[in-house]
Amino acid sequence: MEAQSKSKTDQKQLTGVPGTEPGARLDAWWWLVALVVGLTVLLVTAWPDPFGRIFKFVGDFKVFIPKHPFFNWTNFSSWINGFFESGIFVTVFITLGSFVLVIFAGIIGGMGRLSNNKAIYGVSTLYVEIVRGIPLLVQLMWWYFAFPVIFQSFGRWIHWSYAANYLANAYLMAIIGLVFCYGAYMSEIYRAGIQSIPKGQMEAARSQGMTYFQAMRYVILPQAIRVILPPVGNEFTALLKDSSLVSVVAVADMTRRGREFSSAQFNPISTWTMIALLYLIMTLFSARIVSFIEKKTKFER
Amino acid sequence: MQESIIQIEDVHKYFKKVHALRGINLNIRKGEVVVIVGPSGSGKSTLLRCINRLEEYDQGRIVVDGIPLDNAENINAVRREVGMVFQSFNLFPHLTAIDNLMLAQKVVRKRSSEEARAIAEALLKKVGIPEKAESYPIQLSGGQQQRVAIARALAMSPKIMLFDEPTSALDPEMIKEVLDVMLDLAKEGMTMVVVSHEMGFSRAAANRIIFMDEGMIVEEGPPEKVFGNPDQDRTKLFLSKVLQH
Repeated sequence: MEAQSKSKTDQKQLTGVPGTEPGARLDAWWWLVALVVGLTVLLVTAWPDPFGRIFKFVGDFKVFIPKHPFFNWTNFSSWINGFFESGIFVTVFITLGSFVLVIFAGIIGGMGRLSNNKAIYGVSTLYVEIVRGIPLLVQLMWWYFAFPVIFQSFGRWIHWSYAANYLANAYLMAIIGLVFCYGAYMSEIYRAGIQSIPKGQMEAARSQGMTYFQAMRYVILPQAIRVILPPVGNEFTALLKDSSLVSVVAVADMTRRGREFSSAQFNPISTWTMIALLYLIMTLFSARIVSFIEKKTKFER
Repeated sequence: MQESIIQIEDVHKYFKKVHALRGINLNIRKGEVVVIVGPSGSGKSTLLRCINRLEEYDQGRIVVDGIPLDNAENINAVRREVGMVFQSFNLFPHLTAIDNLMLAQKVVRKRSSEEARAIAEALLKKVGIPEKAESYPIQLSGGQQQRVAIARALAMSPKIMLFDEPTSALDPEMIKEVLDVMLDLAKEGMTMVVVSHEMGFSRAAANRIIFMDEGMIVEEGPPEKVFGNPDQDRTKLFLSKVLQH
């Protein structure tokens, strides 16, 4: 234990590049957050019209307060449904919901890209290459406008009435589109992270009689996770920003609420400034959380 | 003569077009210490890695402790009984020394934590570094890392130990501490197959030296014979290059 803490201080002294020490980054971040949050609060409080109104319109925070005490399921579910009237909530929901699924989609895709089975490798490579070659906006359009029609025709063909009468759920299609696209990027991150672990680690684990999956679970992944985490954090921030694209496929997220307000009130400058600030606050905090997790999972190599 | 524990019959191995192993036949008896020497690229590491099937072979048959290496289940069964020590240690960097020793015991041997810890502690003591139990690999010297790696292999209670150039990546002053551990093991009667050019160790511990060149066993015999009075010209040439120092 003593040796460990000693070598940690040694390392700190060795990596004395100005601006890289933890304290310096913390300060820069705090300044930026203080500036952005301060500016937002100032705008909202000092100019309730239009900034306060924009904030209320986009956030619509009154939906979080239950209108009725929920003794029954109907009241409860209508309370939950009300959340989707808040643009900020929708953006957070779409981002977090897709991201959780992206993590799993990436594991499947990444394993496929590492597979020795030619068919599995071929399918996952095809998936990654196709998805990476098509703009996300076009993919979202495809899932929302084209896919449900295909699904309906399919339903009519096999006489499955649920599918034949299917109406696209904008939220579901938006999440599918985001997961499908980001899953491909994520599988490449996983693949690169796993491949960055020296071959000898797998050999050492296998030579002790571990199965491939045991070796992955106990030896490779715990090491790869440290390599994977920073780019995964970047993906989260990118996903948060790209979630604004779902506003064109009938999802009432922050961006869409902003557009509604702006076109109704003819006030583009203040509306889009406010929206930009809200996104900036979210990305700043998400980047901070990622670097916090990074620090927690660090180990000496 | 004691029974044979490793049987290698006419094993061939190709790397793409390179014929790396050209019909190896070898029997290793229980408790025997076999040292494989030969120039680089002669296939000695490849042969060693075939014994626990880290390397696949294209033709022939290998039977370890009565288990033929032919399906995934058998391969894992053999690997449980065969410990391996690598040139580059390959310790798990995210685990402490003691956790390195405990992991496979728990996962593969299904031992309880207490049992695994007791075995691990005893083995760290045996290799002479009980005080490093809580250290991470990065905090250990090369010699200490390799001794932890030997202990890690021993923790699985193997019947056979394979050593793939265990001292080649070490600084000169650390070679002895690793060889001492290996000598102790040999004295205890462990079956060992060692790829190494450590003449001192070979003379002291080996029952048999195998000289390989170009994927074939050129000559084998007791150390005095192979090192002192080899039959083959290729062996003489190789030894003259190695022993000049």
